[in-house]
Amino acid sequence: MKMTGAQALVKTLRAVGIDTVFGYPGGVVLPIFDALYDAHDLRTILVRHEQGAAHAADGYARATGRAAAVIVTSGPGATNTVTGIANAYMDSIPMVVITGQVATHVIGTDAFQESDITGITLPITKHNYLVTDAKDLPEIVKEAHHIATTGRPGPVLIDVPVDVSKAEIAYHLLETVNLPGYKPTYRGHAKQVKQAASMIAKARKPLLYVGGGVIASGAWKELKELAELMQLPVVTTLMGKGAFPEDHYLFVGMPGMHGGKYTNYAITETDLLIGVGVRFDDRVTGKLAAFATKAKVIHVDIDPAEIGKNRAVDVPIVGDAKQVLSAITAELRKMAAEPRTTAWMRLIDDWRSRYPFHYHPSDESVMPELVVERIRELTKDRPTVYCTEVGQNQMWAAQYLKIREPRTWVSSGGLGTMGFGLPAAIGAQVGRPDYLVVDIAGDGSIQMNSQELATAAINKLPVKVVILNNGYLGMVRQWQELFYEKRYASSTLPQDCPDFVKLAEAYGCLGVRVTRPDELDAALVRAFDHDGPAIVDVRVEREENVFPMVAPGGSIDEMLGGIPGGPVSEMLDEELLEEVWE
Amino acid sequence: MQHTISVLVENKPGVLTRVAGLFARRGFNIESLAVGTTEDPTLSRMTIVVNAEDTPLEQVTKQLHKLINVIKIQDLDPADMVDRELVLFKVNAPPERRHEIIEIANVFRAKVVDVGRNTLTIEATGAGDKLQAMEDLLRAYGIKELARTGRIALSRGARDQG
Repeated sequence: MKMTGAQALVKTLRAVGIDTVFGYPGGVVLPIFDALYDAHDLRTILVRHEQGAAHAADGYARATGRAAAVIVTSGPGATNTVTGIANAYMDSIPMVVITGQVATHVIGTDAFQESDITGITLPITKHNYLVTDAKDLPEIVKEAHHIATTGRPGPVLIDVPVDVSKAEIAYHLLETVNLPGYKPTYRGHAKQVKQAASMIAKARKPLLYVGGGVIASGAWKELKELAELMQLPVVTTLMGKGAFPEDHYLFVGMPGMHGGKYTNYAITETDLLIGVGVRFDDRVTGKLAAFATKAKVIHVDIDPAEIGKNRAVDVPIVGDAKQVLSAITAELRKMAAEPRTTAWMRLIDDWRSRYPFHYHPSDESVMPELVVERIRELTKDRPTVYCTEVGQNQMWAAQYLKIREPRTWVSSGGLGTMGFGLPAAIGAQVGRPDYLVVDIAGDGSIQMNSQELATAAINKLPVKVVILNNGYLGMVRQWQELFYEKRYASSTLPQDCPDFVKLAEAYGCLGVRVTRPDELDAALVRAFDHDGPAIVDVRVEREENVFPMVAPGGSIDEMLGGIPGGPVSEMLDEELLEEVWE
Repeated sequence: MQHTISVLVENKPGVLTRVAGLFARRGFNIESLAVGTTEDPTLSRMTIVVNAEDTPLEQVTKQLHKLINVIKIQDLDPADMVDRELVLFKVNAPPERRHEIIEIANVFRAKVVDVGRNTLTIEATGAGDKLQAMEDLLRAYGIKELARTGRIALSRGARDQG
């Protein structure tokens, strides 16, 4: 069958299972958009900025587990996706990015809208391609999708010169991909699995430390089985939220800089830390030398480079979380291992009841934590995907929501990208049309990609943006208050500029303002029940801080703010501790 | 500690940048890097010499493994490898001193490959210490220019029977 390179590309996108494109056209990518014009089974969403396209594909993937494509033009179109690609790379989110490129014979001549996007994205893609022969296109698209979605997932970029898109080829797609240098390990080493099982069976104070890898692998059922079999407490990182139901008795919160005090105590006190799909990120570990010092460490990850990178490991297991967790559980069953964590859980319970997240309610001003709590309560019986921007809004959302289902928490982890939430929410809504999608935002972050309100409005994607509007870059201000003598350099934003209600209305969205606590519920309900996109501009208490907090570079059991409590050595109930060892 | 890393890669455009970029991003200074195709024209072998501690090097090696175009990596054991390097020396050589220089070249089984009015160009191959010794001797005459290929190496073949 004869067709153009562009048609072959689009045909292969469908063949590998991609059904959604977020894109923005331009000169040299026009042949591909022309091919998309005929592809009725491929939904193409026109965004308002290429960064939005990349974040939307990212949100789509987080909410569905499937990769979407991003298609943009060369030069500025391509460079505008860079932040979105870096964000997906840091959080291991699959995505296929297709950039137009100037014609092969002018590459390297500084042609109009030329940029070396494969060079630029080398360190932020799992792999990338510059296509020089249209014949290779089907195979490259197939490979790119395979690489993006298998092993440790990540973004893959394909740069397609305009003459390659236009060239006519005979379409031929190989059945299999041939990548001699790419063979992820899925099955954990049997001996290591056995050793891990026997350590879990013996441990008195074990703790599962779970991250995004469990979500990527779809291992939540296996995780729950193991946790319940051995009564293992579970902490999930920011990226792991949703991997374990947060209303479960064994759930012990999120560790790290703004994690629970009780969570950080549990990590500091555990004698066996079982890391699954985590990377011992600095926001979790704080000062590495003081992190989980009493613990032996089992580390399960599909990426061998993560094991031993930050923390020395006693039992390394390279493999897919789903397979390894079920292998460990099977091993424990074979050993007829009995749970022995009753006393350990009592110790944790004691911390959990003494050091919950905590704020001072007010009748006058709206506390940001209250907003998140009300969102949580009002969406309790409704399938909801929660997205966040980055900063205080994100941390309060992480602390006060209860994520009960995997892939319903969409938040920029590793890169910490302000402006991620709205376009990601749009992507999530495209992927999960039957879910309510709420973006918990700050007044700073939302302005970084607010142009995407048009995308939401025009495509009838009824995302709800709840802005915790404190008139500051809140997290920056918090750091300035705590570490820079309250010198609020460049962190103040007027609460009424822009007028977010008018901004919403300008895009044909619903805009509602809340200035008092007693207006909050009605406004949220109105927005959630509205059949289109909505903004709720909540004027919150301006100088509220996210607590507790580990000072940068500090030990995680020494936290500022929240309910007073010293390092874990002072926080142990001696009687309970003795019981652990009985 | 000096390591000689042999990396088998797909012979495709951009692979050198990917490999070299990875070392640079992790803060390693590559001492030498030599690339060429292998017995299989679709594959190239890179021989990379770096000075690094074992732990950070292990991290780089693991990161290298993640590159899709990288097929195999060996950190060659100095006791169990053959390594060679080729050096070209252009040495100051007024006619009255040519003889001495040629003598030195002969001792090292090096070859004179070019004779200029006042220079000799000598080609020498060998392992690092031999070439270093030769360089030290030639320095007395004034080395005008020097070019080296960087080390290439292979692990030794098995010697025992069966």
